[in-house]
Amino acid sequence: MIATESLSKRFPRVTALDRLTMDIGPGVTGLVGANGAGKSTMIKILLGLSPATEGRAEVLGLDVATKGAAIRERVGYMPEHDCLPPDVSATEFVVHMARMSGLPPTAARERTADTLRHVGLYEERYRPIGGYSTGMKQRVKLAQALVHDPQLVFLDEPTNGLDPVGRDEMLGLIRRIHTDFGISVLVTSHLLGELERTCDHVVVIDGGKLLRSSSTTDFTQTTTTLAIEVTDSDEHPDGTRAVRDALHARGVDVLDGSGGLPGAGHILLLTAEGDETYDLVRDVVADLGLGLVRMEQRRHHISEVFQDGDQAAAAQRKEAVGHGG
Amino acid sequence: MAVEQPVGTPVPQPGDQTRIHNIGYRSYDGPRLGRSYATRSLYSQSLRGAYGLGRSVKSKVLPMLLFVVMCVPAAIMVAVAVATKAKDLPVDYTRYAIIMQAVISLYVASQAPQSVSRDLRFKTVPLYFSRPIETADYVRAKFAALASALFILTAAPLLVLYVGALLAKLDFADQTKGFAQGLVSVTLLSLLFAGIGLVIASVTPRRGFGIAAVIAVMTISYGAVSTLQAIADAQTLGEDGGSAAIAWIGLFSPVTLIDGVQSAFLGATSAFPGGAGPGTGEGVVYVVVVLGLIAAAYGLLLRRYKKVGL
Repeated sequence: MIATESLSKRFPRVTALDRLTMDIGPGVTGLVGANGAGKSTMIKILLGLSPATEGRAEVLGLDVATKGAAIRERVGYMPEHDCLPPDVSATEFVVHMARMSGLPPTAARERTADTLRHVGLYEERYRPIGGYSTGMKQRVKLAQALVHDPQLVFLDEPTNGLDPVGRDEMLGLIRRIHTDFGISVLVTSHLLGELERTCDHVVVIDGGKLLRSSSTTDFTQTTTTLAIEVTDSDEHPDGTRAVRDALHARGVDVLDGSGGLPGAGHILLLTAEGDETYDLVRDVVADLGLGLVRMEQRRHHISEVFQDGDQAAAAQRKEAVGHGG
Repeated sequence: MAVEQPVGTPVPQPGDQTRIHNIGYRSYDGPRLGRSYATRSLYSQSLRGAYGLGRSVKSKVLPMLLFVVMCVPAAIMVAVAVATKAKDLPVDYTRYAIIMQAVISLYVASQAPQSVSRDLRFKTVPLYFSRPIETADYVRAKFAALASALFILTAAPLLVLYVGALLAKLDFADQTKGFAQGLVSVTLLSLLFAGIGLVIASVTPRRGFGIAAVIAVMTISYGAVSTLQAIADAQTLGEDGGSAAIAWIGLFSPVTLIDGVQSAFLGATSAFPGGAGPGTGEGVVYVVVVLGLIAAAYGLLLRRYKKVGL
């Protein structure tokens, strides 16, 4: 779908992309990087809107340097920022955008009705966009990227500004873009955890360089952190400590999730190395006669993936603080 | 969210008579008409938008009102001409737009920002440029749309005058010639005003600023030029240098530019003080300046949108 070969983009002061070579196949691909890692620059180059300083890139087998217009006809783009005029209805706006993609008037109207329905906008679509919630606006933005039935869509930070429920819905929708609609997706985010659940493949870039490109399962298998929380009992007034000691006795390194936040002291973090770890936790907690309140996989920030040893531990501790238990 | 189920799994809703009929996702295999069609679509959407069509009722009020204001005097003149069985229309075709220039300026001031500032303000521009059209297509579509809207605004009253003149059985050849000259004049005026208005409006995403700036440029330049011309006229009364000075000063406002071009080449009587428009030599300069300004406006817009990008 997308192939780049030592792609570089230099601005007078910064190097946005530095000899990036990657190959992205069909499916949902996450492009992860911190703010300023070069994600948006990458999308601009792939849309044929900004020439690369050196190297080459192909989208759908078309060279971005020469076939920009042809690429943009077959590709959809959802920007990160607001891009909707408030005084027109979603229907009018998306119809106009469909025509701007080259769809004849009748087809534009039909596709608009279909697409808005698929992204979950129903009666609201006749009202001016100005009155929409953030979640609804994100859906309109997504609809305008899908309305011309592209083969590939670029979604730039689609979950930005959404509440947890909205986030989950948006991620579900992104998944369906591929499974139900048959459209490949390149989605950017600065949260790896989000993409783990949605993407088949994750590409991590940092400072314009490729850090890692692999399928999502690789990521989760090697890096899962398990968070567990247990109840206290009369026998073990401090259940958390009891579990930690018991796990420690069996040779499992346990990190304290405490960070001064309320409740955080009751969270234990440990690295899951496979099913055995889950079984071990279950047995230990059962032996002690405690209740297991939660056992969940923790989400990662990208930086953690590439740190090991002490650094990882430090980052995890920091993350636990961030999550506040 | 009422997420639709994947194709092929009907969704029974317990305790509810309704049922989601899922027709699934349909892919599009029809024609994709490409860049020139997209440009035309943008043109027609912008042209309609310049009269508030396809927009809210509120945004239809001003352009429609100005359109009516432009046409009513023409209708009255025709009525008078028919009633009094006049030999000629009270006003030349070429002169009409000059008389109504305040209305035209107001129209440009209100619609140029509506056309381009909105796209900048709400950051819709990246959505256009992520589609097949190029920067130049966007600029051409917007320029052409506003120029066409202005042409409709300025040519409609001329048409009223012309039809009225024919109904009043005025001389056909004479009227047709005047009408044609008027159309050439308003075409130039539409292109010039659209260019100036769009360049100013494209600099600011704030519509209010755009409106104020366009009005300022149009009226202040016209006011200043008229005043200077009046002073020149008073000081050089009866001298030969007077009309030349007046003519050169006229190069510095859009309205007097058009006035100069049409009095030099389109048989119009000039609205300049003393009624002396530029001669043929000066007239050539006027035409060059008008065409140069239109081209410069187009160039500036291209440069402006090269920077906007995504």
